[in-house]
Amino acid sequence: MAVEPKESPGVGVDEWVARSAERKEYPPGWRGDVQRQFERVGWWPRLGLAAAVGVFIPLVIGLNSFQLQVGIDALLLAILALGLNVSVGWAGLLDLGYVAFYGFGAYGYALLSSNQLNPPNGIHWPAYFSIPLVMILAAGLGLAVGWPSRRLIGDYLAIITLFFGEAFVEFVNNVAPTKLGGPNGIIALDPLHGAHLQITTLTGYFYVLLALLVLSMAVLHMLDTSRAGRAWRAVREDPLAASVMTIPVNRVKLLAFAIGAMIAAMAGTVFAAQQSNVFPSNFDTPYLILIYAGLILGGAGSMSGAVLGGLLVSIVLDGFLRSPNQSSYIFYGVILITLLVKLRPWSRVAIVIGGTIVFGFVAHAIVGAISSTAVAGTAGANDWIDLHWAIVPANPVTFGNICFVALLCLVVTLTQVKGWWRTALMIPTLYVAACAWEARLSQVPAITRLLLLGAILIVVMAWRPAGLLGSKRVEVV
Amino acid sequence: MSKFIQELVNGLTQGGLYALVALGYSMVYGVLKLLNFAHGDLYMVGAFVGYFVLQWFGGPTALVVPVPIVLACMFLISGVGVGGLGVAIERFAYRPLRDAPRIAPLITALGVSFLLENTMLLLFGASYRDYNTSAFIPFSTGIHIGGVNIWIVQIMVIVLSVALMFGLERIVTRTQLGRQMRAVATDREAAEMLGINVDYTISATFFLGSSLAGVAGVMAGLAFNNIYTLMGFILGLKAFTAAVVGGIGSIPGAMLGGFLIGLAEAFITGYVSSTYSNLIVFGILIAFMILRPTGLLGKVQLQKV
Repeated sequence: MAVEPKESPGVGVDEWVARSAERKEYPPGWRGDVQRQFERVGWWPRLGLAAAVGVFIPLVIGLNSFQLQVGIDALLLAILALGLNVSVGWAGLLDLGYVAFYGFGAYGYALLSSNQLNPPNGIHWPAYFSIPLVMILAAGLGLAVGWPSRRLIGDYLAIITLFFGEAFVEFVNNVAPTKLGGPNGIIALDPLHGAHLQITTLTGYFYVLLALLVLSMAVLHMLDTSRAGRAWRAVREDPLAASVMTIPVNRVKLLAFAIGAMIAAMAGTVFAAQQSNVFPSNFDTPYLILIYAGLILGGAGSMSGAVLGGLLVSIVLDGFLRSPNQSSYIFYGVILITLLVKLRPWSRVAIVIGGTIVFGFVAHAIVGAISSTAVAGTAGANDWIDLHWAIVPANPVTFGNICFVALLCLVVTLTQVKGWWRTALMIPTLYVAACAWEARLSQVPAITRLLLLGAILIVVMAWRPAGLLGSKRVEVV
Repeated sequence: MSKFIQELVNGLTQGGLYALVALGYSMVYGVLKLLNFAHGDLYMVGAFVGYFVLQWFGGPTALVVPVPIVLACMFLISGVGVGGLGVAIERFAYRPLRDAPRIAPLITALGVSFLLENTMLLLFGASYRDYNTSAFIPFSTGIHIGGVNIWIVQIMVIVLSVALMFGLERIVTRTQLGRQMRAVATDREAAEMLGINVDYTISATFFLGSSLAGVAGVMAGLAFNNIYTLMGFILGLKAFTAAVVGGIGSIPGAMLGGFLIGLAEAFITGYVSSTYSNLIVFGILIAFMILRPTGLLGKVQLQKV
């Protein structure tokens, strides 16, 4: 007698697909329970909840202007990561020229809201007119840039879009300096205005961006759950199979480019209005890497991941790294949390942390006994650490550089050894990291930020390619 | 006419550098199907290594040993050092991702490139550094006929890059290592089954490709004097495109593509406009990649299902 399946799925439903929820793994214990309860709440209530938190944060905490600016930058990056997610996460098209759409939006708004064109009076269109126009033009540009994706995929598409991004910066730098301003950019732009309403305060821009973020999430969610969203994922997994299933592959790819471009351009217009100036250097490769770091960290393919990653990268790197005091807390905090989460069993965690602390005091004492100037520096903000634990010479730059190079070498070695060797090697690695941080990295936040961005891309790809919130891709062979 | 010849030599000099960097791209792409964005930055690191070797020998104005020895040391140390760096990057960053979806190593490569650039920025600052080649190899040495001035350094760059390419061609076509490399490029799994040490072969490929980039960096420092931490990024892009123009995976193709792009750039700068030269070159490259992605010497590959 044949064994009856426990609950047969309905007619016309694939059994493997119907059981996807059962196959999903939850972490054991209370974390799994929380996750299950959270997943029972629908998507729209969750969006509403997140939006409400966003609305109340400035009201309740009372952010100062610096914190508001950090919030605005973070929201911008979240919107951009959301848009990038469409082509990279959903459609699987590596678009390395994405930041040019952002720049296009900013320049488009700048030209339509300043004295740059049509002097002496210039063009000063209201925002409800100029922003949609710029977005539509950007969608057209997205179609043009996406056009090669009809024939080229993967690396070739990546390189062509990267060329496009570089060409955009070259273009605004060199072409028509009287109109586009060249390296000096365009200044004195109008704030967002229209119909007797003018947004000039930081709080105002914060809420505008929050509204735009929620709006884009809503629209993208509807797209994601529609035919187009399913088609994108089908094309991402296997373009050939998708075309066999009568999905118009080329049109679907172009749609992803166009929508990503529209969202980026929208963010660009608000950025330009808020800054009231635009420069070509705002839209160069480092910002592209920033957007990618946000998306990858959060998890490409997941909308909430993109938003969370964008917010996180921007707030941590731009907000906290600015002041040496807070950045040190972040630095040691992240190391500690990583050790606690990644290292098992507990005895090993205790050995590494205790060993690092003891190692530090011993090393500090030995070096201090040999030469007192070698430990005299107090470069970092944590004076106590500098004076008693980490080695910071009176002139810390060269020593810090050496420490940083040593740190890179140690990290590379660390990935090549296994078992107790790795645990033992972790102690000097952590100590050298602390010395490099105290002596050099905490003093140059601008460069440290860029280094961390690169490191985020490498580390996330190696250890958790799905990012924080992304789901693991299952390769169906 | 003299201007034409002058631009021709300039183009060949630049093209030789493109070709050397393109070779590394092409080799790595061949064995791993990976677009190694960090390759252009290895070229930058090579330029810096050469600079510090030069300083170690007393600096351009007060060399303590004969010039040929200094040059040989610069090329050797830079080639070996950058080659080793390339191997380390492969082991650390790319090896864990060998079976990951193709987008993952690309993003890692972007991260490695960014990390290299900013590490150099942290260590050596953003300012330009000057090889000051004319202090120990005066401009007057070389060929001067009519209005044409060809500096001996330019001749050296062209000759050395062509020689290196022929050497590489021989390695790939005539030696055991080359056979292994071609086998891995064709089908990694099959090569592994035949007893080829795939890890070793890939490391060797990275070493060869990266050391060519290092040597190219020293040449760039010698020929153009100024080096800075961001010099590798755009050059890497153009070199990859040179590899594509010639047909990716093909060594003569990478040479041809490199020289073609160098010449195109020199003639556009000389005859059309120097402000827009980058834009025009980008445009040509984009058009070429769209219209003929298999390149001049590449073969059309059938997609296996």
